Amino acid sequence: MFAVIQFPGSCDDRDMWFAMSSVLAGKCSMVWHQESELPAGTKGVLLPGGFSYGDYLRCGAMAQLSPIMGAVKRFAKRGGPVLGTCNGFQILCEAGLLPGALRRNSQLVFVCDDVHLRVEKRAEPFSSRTEKGAILTLPIKHGEGCFYASEMELGLLEQNGQVLLRYCELDGTISKASNPNGSLGSIAGVLNKEGNVLGLMPHPEHAVEAAFGGTDGIAILGSLLDMARSA
Amino acid sequence: MNEPDVDLDLALEHGLTEQEYAQILKILGRTPSFSELGIFSVMWSEHCSYKSSKHHLKTLPVKGPHVLQGPGENAGAISLGDGLAAVFKIESHNHPSFIEPKQGAATGVGGILRDIFTMGARPIASLNSIRFGSLADARHRFLLRGVVSGIGHYGNCVGVATVGGETQFHDSYAGNILVNAMSVGIAEESKIFLAGAKGVGNPVIYAGSKTGRDGIHGASLLASSEFDETGNDKRPTVQVGDPFTEKCLIEACLELMSTDAIVGIQDMGAAGLTCSSFEMASNAGTGIEMNLDTIPRRAATMTPYELLLSESQERMLLVAQSGKEEFVCSVFERWGLDAVVVGKVTDDGRMRVSFEGSTVVDIPVDPVAASSPELNRPSKEPEDLGARQSLNLSLVESESNPEAALRALLSDPNLGSKSWVYRQYDQRVQGNTLIGPGGDAALVRVKRPDGSPTTKALAISVDCNHRFCWLDPEKGAMAAVAEAGRNVACTGAKPLAVTNCLNFGNPEKPEIMWELKKAIKGISIAASALGTPIVSGNVSLYNETNGTPIFPTPTIGMVGLIDDWADAIGAHFKRPYQEIILIGTDRFELGGSMWLAKMRGIESGRPPEVDLDYERRLQKFLVLSGERRLLSSSHDISDGGIAVALAESCFGLEGCGASVTLNAESTLEECLFGESTGRVLVTTDCAEDVLSLARDSDVPAIVVGKTGGERLKISSLNDSVLIDASVAQLKSVWEDAIPSRMDPEE
Repeated sequence: MFAVIQFPGSCDDRDMWFAMSSVLAGKCSMVWHQESELPAGTKGVLLPGGFSYGDYLRCGAMAQLSPIMGAVKRFAKRGGPVLGTCNGFQILCEAGLLPGALRRNSQLVFVCDDVHLRVEKRAEPFSSRTEKGAILTLPIKHGEGCFYASEMELGLLEQNGQVLLRYCELDGTISKASNPNGSLGSIAGVLNKEGNVLGLMPHPEHAVEAAFGGTDGIAILGSLLDMARSA
Repeated sequence: MNEPDVDLDLALEHGLTEQEYAQILKILGRTPSFSELGIFSVMWSEHCSYKSSKHHLKTLPVKGPHVLQGPGENAGAISLGDGLAAVFKIESHNHPSFIEPKQGAATGVGGILRDIFTMGARPIASLNSIRFGSLADARHRFLLRGVVSGIGHYGNCVGVATVGGETQFHDSYAGNILVNAMSVGIAEESKIFLAGAKGVGNPVIYAGSKTGRDGIHGASLLASSEFDETGNDKRPTVQVGDPFTEKCLIEACLELMSTDAIVGIQDMGAAGLTCSSFEMASNAGTGIEMNLDTIPRRAATMTPYELLLSESQERMLLVAQSGKEEFVCSVFERWGLDAVVVGKVTDDGRMRVSFEGSTVVDIPVDPVAASSPELNRPSKEPEDLGARQSLNLSLVESESNPEAALRALLSDPNLGSKSWVYRQYDQRVQGNTLIGPGGDAALVRVKRPDGSPTTKALAISVDCNHRFCWLDPEKGAMAAVAEAGRNVACTGAKPLAVTNCLNFGNPEKPEIMWELKKAIKGISIAASALGTPIVSGNVSLYNETNGTPIFPTPTIGMVGLIDDWADAIGAHFKRPYQEIILIGTDRFELGGSMWLAKMRGIESGRPPEVDLDYERRLQKFLVLSGERRLLSSSHDISDGGIAVALAESCFGLEGCGASVTLNAESTLEECLFGESTGRVLVTTDCAEDVLSLARDSDVPAIVVGKTGGERLKISSLNDSVLIDASVAQLKSVWEDAIPSRMDPEE
């Protein structure tokens, strides 16, 4: 079973639940941020997008202090898969589960659009359904998605193969024009060193039905479901 | 407590007239207290009482078999079948947005969303209609930037997709921009909540943000008078929005409304606590007793006057079942919101408010709410109407370079791509967006309140051609209703009902009243003929600065239903080598056209005719074509005429240009850029079936060309090429229309 954590101000929580359960036929339940434990049998944790606590402070800074985050950290330490999308990514960075930080978009305005993304590696539990070099098209919608890390951290990320997705042109070329927010290294998705925590600025949950933004999000969410089913 | 003594001068300062003050003395049989004067002044303001317009609004058609709730409640509601209802409304936030664009627009979005979830509906989509002066003016670049960022700030944060709308520019809005916000929600038909304080003894509960000193007289003074140079002094009357609190309010209220704990609910919008409590008591024929000492507040020393008139945002007033107060408060508290019992429902038809042990308000509910003043202001045809409508085309230089004209039109911010605007809005949240901004109408899937998907989708469009309305308010308003319906029908959805936002100048001027009356008449005629009743709306008057009014702008929001969204049709050409069919008749009408305005600087003439009988047949034909899956695309021909509509249709997919031959019986400019209404471009693989259905539907249709290639080529019957342009180049001009003016350095 997957647990979608619901913070006050989460917006894509119901969409994540809908994608995982209604569209992809997985088991999924909502977990309120005030809980201190994850439900028994949790196979994966999903931190949804939105504006937790309004993001009036630094994005994710308040949410990472919610009681449930202690349980999420323990779950991640035991090797459990944790996926944070958009605000979820920001929360994971604030919680120290992922390196780096997400800053204001370089053009200083919120951006909602479809972007192309190059898959940098095929690995369980997040990208087993796709392959290195594959191009995914997913929506982004954020005001603070510019990935930043120190030069040393960035070097380590590349060295350890922790970059899962990069913004790119349709043919896979990495360019300034295809980088929608000024992220360093065109980074759109980052893994922790162990590979069981992923932060994504794009929204796979908004690309699971052909008529509603395409189906490329299944490459990510489907991989998670495969992992849960085989475990 | 030290409050000023009330006299006529103080009443006049509050925007009341001498007659109104006399009436107050008569109702009360005594001099009102300061708080009571404040209450009368806001409740009888133009904004809250609709005193100049309600006499005329009564003529609007509001009934229909699918109408569940017409005007008068927080929002209108229509049945979608299968126990589901769509709840929707459009509202203006013009004056606040001109003074403080970001917060003004943001709170406009917040206010309309509250109107929707107050009815028990989850808001699923927002749209907006925004109008500015020229982008050559730095002030209007600032205003556009601010309004768009405000709409995004609020809408994105509450998790409601912004899926469409219109962005227009015209000098008549240079001193008074328009920001109209529309929202649509889904509810169970059997669980629509109304604003009634029913059940004597039931607790009255205040929930949401604390009450502050912001926004006092926002509605009564800011929205109910014209602007002059002192506009900036009114900045403190603009409220500040908190979308996070609103998001929590939405979730808490919807959770509560799925139980049986709530009897009635009303948001505190214009005139705050005063308006909401009076309306709730008036609707139910009851009274309310309230203790202001219990109101959560931001400043310890607030006076009763301030507590009653504050327009702090994100606040709700609820009447709960007796005995459920603790449960209700506990749900709000779980969402981190204040909730307190502030009073109870009484049976004596009076509003009694106490503060620190003394009674500060004791007045009968009905004379303030339901029986507020109703005026039949004098109206007079504007003296310059004849001049507005006269146009001698023989004196207008004809078009010698149609291709350059097309490029010029596409590069105008009115016709150019609005992607600069809508890229700043979350168009995807809730996962229901089938057609987002940029199409003829937005198309949004309907999910049940439990989150399960249905095959139904709502098509939603917001329209107004302000130039047509200025030249002929009645015909312009008819055209707006017809176009909004046509845009909805172009997606394959059946137009069902209308919400309107009537933006006009100062109603104390007979010429403005004439425009308002004519526009309402036009809406009535068209809405009746097309079977799309008006279920909600808003009137915004005094839209003028230093005596210069805006163009009359009756914005029409149309909602339609498609039973199976798999039948939906998009606006862009979808495949090469398909036949392009022109539906409708070109009457070669150039009056009020974009071409005349942009290329010749002429804004006069008579706007195009609107044939409503034909329009009804056309819309039915479009819906039938969708159901039979005959069409690959369909796109309404409007501003800029057929040339612009063809270009727009080519901008979707590469390799989907077009080659078209037009029957040019008239001049080049009339043929390419005329704006005859009721025309639609469709593409199909089965032209015979489409033509035959058109014949059966008594709708003119003719094959005019084929899709395909990288160019848009338009020829006349005698084979002379009028336009032959690269689609990519046209598209780039069109895409740059707004960015090149907003970010010229890039």
